Amino acid sequence: MGKEKKGIRLEHISKIYQDPKTKKDFYAVKDVSLDIEPGSFVTLLGPSGCGKTTVLRMIAGFESPDEGEIYLAGEPINALTPNKRDTAMVFQSYALLPHYNIFDNVAYGLRLRKLDKDTIRTKVTDILKLVGLEGMEARMTNQLSGGQQQRVALARALVLEPGVLLFDEPLSNLDAKLRVTMRTEIRRIQQEAGITAVYVTHDQSEAMAIADKIIIMQGGVVSQAGTPREIYYTPNDEFVADFIGEANFLKGKLLNLDGNEGEIDINGTAIRISGISKRETGSECTLVLRPESADLSDEGGLPCEVILSCFMGSYQYYHVKIGDQTVKITVFNPKNKKIYDVGERACVIFDSENVHVL
Amino acid sequence: MAKKQSAALDRKKFLADPVMVTTIVVLIAFLALFILYPLAILLVDSFITEEGVGLSIFRRVMGMPNFRKAITNTLKVGFFVGIASTLIGLLFAYVEEYVKLRTRFLSGIFKVVSMLPVVSPPFVLSLSMIMLFGKAGILTRYILHIYDNNVYGFWGIAVVQTMTFFPVCYMMLKGLLKNIDPSLEEAARDMGASRWKVFMTVTLPLILPGLGNAFLVTFIESIADFANPMIIGGSYDTLATTIYLQITGAYDKEGASAMAVVLLCITLVMFVVQKFYLEAKSTATLSGKASRQRMLVKERSVTLPLSILCSVMAVFVIMMYICVPFGALFKTWGYDFHLTTKWFTQVFTKYKGFKAFKDSFILSLIASPITALISMVISYLVVKRKFKGKGFIEAVSMLAMAVPGTVLGIGYIRGFSAGVFRTGFLQGLYGTGAILVIVFVVRSLPTGTRSGISALRQIDKSIEESAYDMGADSLTVFMTVTLPLIRDSFLSGLVTAFVRSITAISAIILLVTPQYLLITVQINEFAEKGSYGIACAFATILIAITYGAVLIMNLIISRFGAGRMIKEEN
Ligand SMILES: Nc1ncnc2c1ncn2[C@@H]1O[C@H](COP(=O)(O)OP(=O)(O)O)[C@@H](O)[C@H]1O
Ligand SMILES: [Mg+2]
Repeated sequence: MGKEKKGIRLEHISKIYQDPKTKKDFYAVKDVSLDIEPGSFVTLLGPSGCGKTTVLRMIAGFESPDEGEIYLAGEPINALTPNKRDTAMVFQSYALLPHYNIFDNVAYGLRLRKLDKDTIRTKVTDILKLVGLEGMEARMTNQLSGGQQQRVALARALVLEPGVLLFDEPLSNLDAKLRVTMRTEIRRIQQEAGITAVYVTHDQSEAMAIADKIIIMQGGVVSQAGTPREIYYTPNDEFVADFIGEANFLKGKLLNLDGNEGEIDINGTAIRISGISKRETGSECTLVLRPESADLSDEGGLPCEVILSCFMGSYQYYHVKIGDQTVKITVFNPKNKKIYDVGERACVIFDSENVHVL
Repeated sequence: MAKKQSAALDRKKFLADPVMVTTIVVLIAFLALFILYPLAILLVDSFITEEGVGLSIFRRVMGMPNFRKAITNTLKVGFFVGIASTLIGLLFAYVEEYVKLRTRFLSGIFKVVSMLPVVSPPFVLSLSMIMLFGKAGILTRYILHIYDNNVYGFWGIAVVQTMTFFPVCYMMLKGLLKNIDPSLEEAARDMGASRWKVFMTVTLPLILPGLGNAFLVTFIESIADFANPMIIGGSYDTLATTIYLQITGAYDKEGASAMAVVLLCITLVMFVVQKFYLEAKSTATLSGKASRQRMLVKERSVTLPLSILCSVMAVFVIMMYICVPFGALFKTWGYDFHLTTKWFTQVFTKYKGFKAFKDSFILSLIASPITALISMVISYLVVKRKFKGKGFIEAVSMLAMAVPGTVLGIGYIRGFSAGVFRTGFLQGLYGTGAILVIVFVVRSLPTGTRSGISALRQIDKSIEESAYDMGADSLTVFMTVTLPLIRDSFLSGLVTAFVRSITAISAIILLVTPQYLLITVQINEFAEKGSYGIACAFATILIAITYGAVLIMNLIISRFGAGRMIKEEN
């Protein structure tokens, strides 16, 4: 199935909106440049209001950018209306046509393309099979569960064999369990159909699970773009580190630097760290330490005091204080390990390659 | 910040859709030509004379004692009717929402009472008022034995208009009372306040803007009303009738234009206050949904008198409406109560009744789908699209709501009898059935648009976007998605337009030519001549037609309405 996969390129895209209250113009999206490979699955991730939907709607053609140009398969598409763009969108509210049944919903776009009846029937049947709704053609949309409506919305977009599939928080109206199943489904279907997908979400675990590449946005600008691993282990800034997974930020001072290895002073203890980008000795720096990368021990590392110790079953959860900085630590498989109680003194240890210096 | 690029791109996208562009251009031209232009020409007529621009015509009409009298008369009636309708409407709404009724009877007749004015021609109550309380009125003459009661004049108009318009207030206030959170009132009750105290200190302040709103809406209706003052006003002239007489009796076109401008200014000011101040305020204070059931008043000392009072009033109003068919069945009303069908026969044999019904029926039948479609298109554009000129479309179709029929009629006479700007352009329109259809459309447009807008606001914007995204152009989206989703509103708009058109009189009485016989104009003529039997026979058949239309609509909606989703043919 599928025609050619298409890539999308955004060049310095900005969108200006007027704040309805203050009547002041502001950048909802500012100078966003992206290059989305054909056939890849990319998520736009960020907190609510950061401009994700706006970017998606500009790609679909519902909004026009104020600066920059959008290219689909190398062609500029800024001036094209949504119905002339080779994109198909899956809406947050599904937006199924309530006066049609499943078959007619899925066939709607094909009928507009004036395909003959038999072709339409075959295509619709095939797609419904792919999304797991075979035999339900005649159901009205209001007789469907949320997950089923989601599948119809997906089928309706897929059947058009668009160059790019766009998703705007498609799972946000489903319950937690179904969200997990559906995201795997979406990923499977995208792989099978071999279609380029841009997927908007504010849920970081969803983004991690589904994407080839994550683009993190904040306040209308792109904070970081990369694979889930890159983003998790080498975040560009505190915002990204904090947004993806849990993170501790340890403030320290660079003592010396040799190549990309050096010593950093944290609360009076010097530790060796590798992977430090070039900067002046004596400058302030922040270490990103994931809770699961750290451990507690009687000696070595950074001395600390335990202020919270909580047995969670699969792990022991600690809050410890290093000087005036609080650090969260999860120690997995705690059964065979020493458990520290509140008030006890201990040391935070970690491998130097498991921290990332900002 | 430069928003230039998106504006330019949006324009480009917009122009890529020729159907949409054409629709908007045609729509703007229609609104400008048939709503704005006739009003503009009235201004031109009344300010510009041979000597140049000036107030000389206004000075002349203000010098006429009968015109000055008409202004005070109109305002007096307007205030009385506004206040009385609001109070009666409030009483009904309060009883419905707050009082525990022992039977379903009362809410049943409330429904009938609120429905009757919608499906009846505007002047039926004047007819029955005369037949019940006039010189030959059964109530006055035979029950009260008053032989020279004069119903004509202020009280006649005031009572009839109040009975016609209070159901509108009732419906508006009922909606407001429903939205009051009962816990607000219960809190006051807990602190020991009496029912009356709670009403005065909690309920009343909450609905005060709503009361003002209801008052102004009826005030505007009252001063714009032409038919009732015409029939029951006697020598008590209001602005609408004075303007009519000025042009049909005195042939003073400039004078009539200036008077029309005065009437228009009054309604416009009221309308602006109502629309932009009170309407927003009355809903803003009560946006909270009622969180739970209200504790209804159960004390018999309260419920009994209130129920009786409301029942008596409601039954009285219903009786007034029923009086009309009976008027057509008696030989000579007030003197000879033998049953007869002679009036109905005469309608058709002597007074070209068949032609009158045919003309009215056909013209209204043509006007209603046009109205319904235009109002849905306007609603769609206003709610769902962004484009230059949208403000104009919105404003002008709203403006039409505030223009009294008489004013529009004069505007059309002045604006089209010698062609647009007296150039002869479109002169052929004048005196034809087409201009009557256009008047019908313009007169019903605001109601249709209002219902379309509120229906469309309920529809998730992304449903239409999804169709657009799948490749449909605007026309296809409108036809395959928007219209099917608001078809209830479309259907009811269809019938409302039909009913409003077939019962309309104020504007078309000025524009109709002998070539067309319209029922309402006939009824007015016979009522003025005192031939109540014939007038009643005409009115009865008219009521039957409109009531039939409403019944058919309800049937169609319950059959095919949005409740049932119909499958599209491939
Ligand atoms: N049509 C609009 N007019 C004005 N402001 C808007 C409009 N659409 C979105 N915004 C604003 O732009 C910002 C980004 O919105 P959006 O892209 O929807 O964020 P997200 O999808 O990331 O939650 C928000 O502050 C939002 O309020
Ligand atoms: Mg969003």
